Amino acid sequence: MHERDPQSQVSGAHSPCVASAPIFALVDGNSFYCSCERVFNPSLINQPVIVLSNNDGCVISRTDEAKAIGIKMGDPLHLIGDMIKRHRVRVYSSNYALYGDMSARMMTTLAQFTPELEVYSIDEAFLSLDGFANRDLVDYAREIRRVVRRDTGIPTAIGIGPTKVLAKVANRAAKKNKTSGGVLNLCDRAAQDSMLAEFAAADVWGIGARSAAKLARMGVTTALQLRDADVDAVQKLLTIVGRRIVLELRGQSCLALEMVQEDRKQIVSSKSFGRPVYKLTELKEAVANYATRACEKLRRQKSACHVLSVFVQTNRFKDGPQYYNSGTITFGAGTASTVRMIAAASGVLETIFRDGIEYKKVGVILSDLRLASAVEFSLFDDQHKHAQDIKTMSVMDAINARMGRDTLKVGACGNVRAGTSANAGANGVANVKVGGARMAQARAAGQSAPAPAWTMKAAMRTPCYTTRWQDLLKVG
Amino acid sequence: MPSKSRNDIVAPARAAKSRAVKTNVHLPFFGCSVSCGFPSPADDYIEKKLDLNEYLIDKPAATFFVRVSGDSMIGAGIHPDDLLIVDRSKEPKNKCIVLAIVNGDFTVKRYTSRGGKIILKAENPAHADIAIVDGMQFEVVGVCTNVIHNLK
Repeated sequence: MHERDPQSQVSGAHSPCVASAPIFALVDGNSFYCSCERVFNPSLINQPVIVLSNNDGCVISRTDEAKAIGIKMGDPLHLIGDMIKRHRVRVYSSNYALYGDMSARMMTTLAQFTPELEVYSIDEAFLSLDGFANRDLVDYAREIRRVVRRDTGIPTAIGIGPTKVLAKVANRAAKKNKTSGGVLNLCDRAAQDSMLAEFAAADVWGIGARSAAKLARMGVTTALQLRDADVDAVQKLLTIVGRRIVLELRGQSCLALEMVQEDRKQIVSSKSFGRPVYKLTELKEAVANYATRACEKLRRQKSACHVLSVFVQTNRFKDGPQYYNSGTITFGAGTASTVRMIAAASGVLETIFRDGIEYKKVGVILSDLRLASAVEFSLFDDQHKHAQDIKTMSVMDAINARMGRDTLKVGACGNVRAGTSANAGANGVANVKVGGARMAQARAAGQSAPAPAWTMKAAMRTPCYTTRWQDLLKVG
Repeated sequence: MPSKSRNDIVAPARAAKSRAVKTNVHLPFFGCSVSCGFPSPADDYIEKKLDLNEYLIDKPAATFFVRVSGDSMIGAGIHPDDLLIVDRSKEPKNKCIVLAIVNGDFTVKRYTSRGGKIILKAENPAHADIAIVDGMQFEVVGVCTNVIHNLK
């Protein structure tokens, strides 16, 4: 299909935006987390590999080999033990430090190929190929794949289309169709017709399970039927979102590239515990760590928070007393200070804590986020203290940026890094007093310290090959 | 920043504090001490600091660090525990040092290619060369561009 000029093909279609039809490519990493693991462990090549969710719960990434033996996304680990043993499946805990770094490398590499790129998720990006109409798009996409594979080691699939929704369809088909060579171009109207006829409406980008059920009642089960459905009827059923999807399937681009990610309106930091937690002190330590992470995010996007909520909950899937509660506190003047946030969170936690309960999860939610530079003060707010907080935090951020996360942290966080077994830096314990808050140097935790209950379970995590000196790959 | 009128109604002690904040003005930092009269003749020549990343790394997204174990490349000045800088984007040229995958294992060797025949050569007589033949799993991961050896 790639011998003809795709631009003219789009013009030939009954698309209303003929003059300068955009072209989108969706690039995504195949079994991304597993592929990251393979880059640093060649013995995994051609073997079934899976990566598990936080706390080693369920399958969140699997290679084709793992898929072929029947492992599904979302399968809980404890239900597939037999399959893993029988087929010698290689099982890994998620290593987000590694995946995040590999993702950044992939995105940087992709950015060489287009002036406009939207990072859509950790392993997906939309590229604008508007200026490339005269080149052979499929050849160009093959070159993109080759370079990403060479420079980062990550295999990808690329779907090309006149709209984002069609590029998504093309991407999925490129992955399924082994003869495609990982690239599929849906700019051609005839190609769209035959592809959409075989494509389930439920698999179209933006159509969830509930929408799919509604469409099915209307007799719409394939993407082709959805494209040719009455657009007003679809809008009635699925709001304006549904209308856009139909138009996009028709080749009319409604969704532009979003190059600048909007700042978050809410920051949530929470995780399930690796084992049951009963004590208030342990919960407080966990909350302090999640508040620390959330405040770092807050400062990175230059926001200040006005509302803090803390929640606790038990394991819904376990017998025994169930408990869920949350508490909220508001700040008169917005803050991004870790010290203030932890103090506030700790206070809220005390009000919602009940003794004798097996806690499974705790978290903090920062909301009503506004620009930090536009914080307003009332008569009773201490502006001097606020200015001091900002200074303290910028010193803390600068030190942590240079010396590593959690080098300097609030004493309430305890002495172990969140989510990792203690990494001994053995610098000696130092209590550093900054801006009135007691800080403890966490690096000195030492390997002998047992991990507190609230840290994540990650029994099969690989080293952080690209982000820690002590974790570098060893080669002979 | 709060408006002036708002400050006016603040209690005296608080106002003093607020003023203290206000006097905290950021000034540019000059690299020389100020001798009344003439500025330092060096001020016109301030340059950025030398950055080793710039010297050692062409393509950060394609560059990986690995730690050397073993002494098979000692003749090339690559010692155990040295740090190797590997650039995946570079195509291997004859006689360059590469990080390769051979049958499921990583190896660092000198890459030689003659008449379509590839041999990975060790730089230590105690280690055998690896001749790449059909049926072997073989891939050049990247070219080793620099070795960082600690002299301590």
